[in-house]
Amino acid sequence: MTYIRHIEHENIVHRCFRCGYCKFPDDYSDFNCPSYKAFGWDTFSPGGRMWLTRAWLAGEIETSPRFAEIMFSCVTCDNCKTQCVFPKFKDFLTDIFQETRAELVTEGRIPPGVRDYLKAVAVSGNPYKLPQSERGNWAKGTGLKPYQSQEYLFFAGSVGSYDEVGQKMAQSVGRLLVDAGISVGILGNEETCDGNDIRALGEMGLFAELAQANIDTFKAKGVKKIITLDPHALNTFKKDYPAIGGKFKVLHYTEVLAELIKKKKIKLKALPAKITYHDPCYLGRHQQIYQAPRDILKAIPKAELIEMSRSGLNAFCCGGGGGNFFTDILGTAKDSASRVRVREALETGASIIAVACPNCAKMLTDAVKMENLEDKLEVLGIGEIIEKAKK
Amino acid sequence: MSDILKSLIEIVGERGVSDAPEELWFYSRDPGVLAPHKPDYVVAPKTTEEVQKIVQLAGRENIPVVPMGNGMSLAGLVIPLKGGIVLDMKRMNKILEVNAMGRYAVLEGGTSQGMLKAYLQKNHPTLRHSLPDAPPTTTIAANVALHGQGRLTNQYGFNSDMVTGLEVVLPTGEICRIGSPSIGPYWFSKGPTLPDLSGLFLGWLGCTGIITKVGLKLFPNKKFRDVELFVTDRVDLVPTMLYKLTHLEILEDVNVWFQPKPLMFLGNYHITMFFTGDTEEEIEFKRKMIWDALQEFMDSKDGGFMSVQYMKSALLEMPGRTIADFADVPKGGGFEYSGPIALIEHYPKYAAKVVELAEKYNVLYASAARLISGGHCMMFSISFAFNRNDPAMMERVEKALTEAMTFALDMGGVPWKPNFKEQKMVMQRMEPNALKLLLMIKKNLDPQGIMNPGNWEVTP
Repeated sequence: MTYIRHIEHENIVHRCFRCGYCKFPDDYSDFNCPSYKAFGWDTFSPGGRMWLTRAWLAGEIETSPRFAEIMFSCVTCDNCKTQCVFPKFKDFLTDIFQETRAELVTEGRIPPGVRDYLKAVAVSGNPYKLPQSERGNWAKGTGLKPYQSQEYLFFAGSVGSYDEVGQKMAQSVGRLLVDAGISVGILGNEETCDGNDIRALGEMGLFAELAQANIDTFKAKGVKKIITLDPHALNTFKKDYPAIGGKFKVLHYTEVLAELIKKKKIKLKALPAKITYHDPCYLGRHQQIYQAPRDILKAIPKAELIEMSRSGLNAFCCGGGGGNFFTDILGTAKDSASRVRVREALETGASIIAVACPNCAKMLTDAVKMENLEDKLEVLGIGEIIEKAKK
Repeated sequence: MSDILKSLIEIVGERGVSDAPEELWFYSRDPGVLAPHKPDYVVAPKTTEEVQKIVQLAGRENIPVVPMGNGMSLAGLVIPLKGGIVLDMKRMNKILEVNAMGRYAVLEGGTSQGMLKAYLQKNHPTLRHSLPDAPPTTTIAANVALHGQGRLTNQYGFNSDMVTGLEVVLPTGEICRIGSPSIGPYWFSKGPTLPDLSGLFLGWLGCTGIITKVGLKLFPNKKFRDVELFVTDRVDLVPTMLYKLTHLEILEDVNVWFQPKPLMFLGNYHITMFFTGDTEEEIEFKRKMIWDALQEFMDSKDGGFMSVQYMKSALLEMPGRTIADFADVPKGGGFEYSGPIALIEHYPKYAAKVVELAEKYNVLYASAARLISGGHCMMFSISFAFNRNDPAMMERVEKALTEAMTFALDMGGVPWKPNFKEQKMVMQRMEPNALKLLLMIKKNLDPQGIMNPGNWEVTP
């Protein structure tokens, strides 16, 4: 079957000069594009994708497993948008990649890992293919109650609900919110996937269904304010849901906890430890939340926050964005993003990598094992660190 | 799978070689206006020994090898004109040594300009290298292989003049060290006092061997760096102004630029002068010298200093991110330039030619000349932007650049990074014995003609 290919921003695809600024952080110290770092071909860089997309739209190259691999290896970390030197179109770079992936989804020519991920979410409502009836199990013992009419809904997301590392993060945040007297509830088994990474992978139909289901549930229960564990959920709730009628006040948990610490509703004791903080892309570059997690760590007596050489706007992604957390297209070789990142963390002399995203937590935890650094580095959620320091 | 592909995989592993349509398409072109030509394989070696084995294989199979950095010459120098293997050298990017006291670094050829800058800033903040205006992804070996220039070129010459030693894989596959590293462990001299063999590789665009390691001079990184901007509408006076400025011997970099857009720049010639110092007193002293040198032109109302406050950070930024902006002025992702090396006294004629060509071919121009070695000559860039979605405009740019090169040669200029067509123009004008010598060197080093073929050949 022949497809007529079209993407919304195809009128600017040809404007990429392929100069390569997009590969770097702003000090040029290393390559900051996870897929380019992992694969090492120019085709896997943002400029490569732009040029190949143009060739593909023009019919100069065909859809192939390699082309799909190149497109789906983008982890949507937004470093390219930040570093591109062309202000008139830089904001659309990742939209172009997402639109190209959407076309590939339409053609049905996607990598097997992507197919399996999308299928699992479509069938089970989560990528783990685990029963919906088990979705709320993580909350047992936290004191969190089902959402009825509390001030806040705490949205754990799929990783926070089903993954062991994510669950620990969710549980710590849940306990802290309850102990601080926040009026908060959870959806438990009524929660479903937020759809952020589904959208990033270009499955727009499934995203629309998930988003609408969430919006309907939130509205039916009278939800006005949401606290998310996962920056990916935060991103799509704030960026995508309003356009389809889902307007809520959405906060990341680090913003809430930082405020509770500031107001002395959470009191901290000394925690002598060197900590480095890994900025999640969807919290940092996508949502510009850099300070709240740092405010928390700096508020802990005796804890020393040491920044990695690439941090904030220049942070190197863990490699888990854009669905790669599940599809694993970047792989686990030495130059895979998560392994590079934990080596960078080690250079700081820190013993704890603080994370604010369950995807990052899992990616970096696995990387610490692969790098045989378990006796030197521990990956902990910000909530887990607070609990260690809580009076 | 072909036998060649199998052999390449044996050398560099599966992740180091591709014959996929996507890589073949991408590595068949650069961002300039020349037509693409597909390679048969793209290979990304990580060590000199891998490069050696690839070249030996290419020799056995009699297939071309084209070494590539970031492919940003814009002159099609890494387009594989006769197919074969494109070697993406960027995985060879280790900074092997910095001899701080000797002020040189030893680098793998694929090391990017940006990474060297960052490394020096972090580990040797009192040292710097001559960073080109090209994007930070461009590589050290490619820059010296095409006689690139940088921010210290007025002070110290072409970046290829700053080479302090080379490691090269010859077309035979032999690994060869050039200069002081050929007789000892130190990389402080590319030639002197020996016969300077580096000239067999610098400027040859990979036609005589593949540069795998480079020794590179480093220079003092002063605490302060500043810029002054002088503006005149008297193009005829620009050479004299430059003569006065270079007489000072205090400027690390001098550029002269003019462009029609934005309109505030139209009709004027802008001289940017960069200078450094370790104290504010030194900076102010140098600033006074610069102002004094150009005072007579202010007195005659032929020019004046322009406030740089609003664009100071952009002018001082290295590399200059705004330089690439030119590619998007026609909303089309491209520009290409001819950059002849020319006498400074010819500046007015070159400047007039740029405008004439832009009008004749209906293309957008910009020009930025850079002084070389204290004023012995300049690189005069004749830049035209184009829209990649407009083949007719690209064709006009190509014609304008060809005419620009003819003009430059008529003026006695030397083309910088000439494409294969311009190389022919050069060879047609070259003194016969010089051409004979050039071709003899090429023939002797690369008898099979497998190294970046199509370049520096009489018949491509």
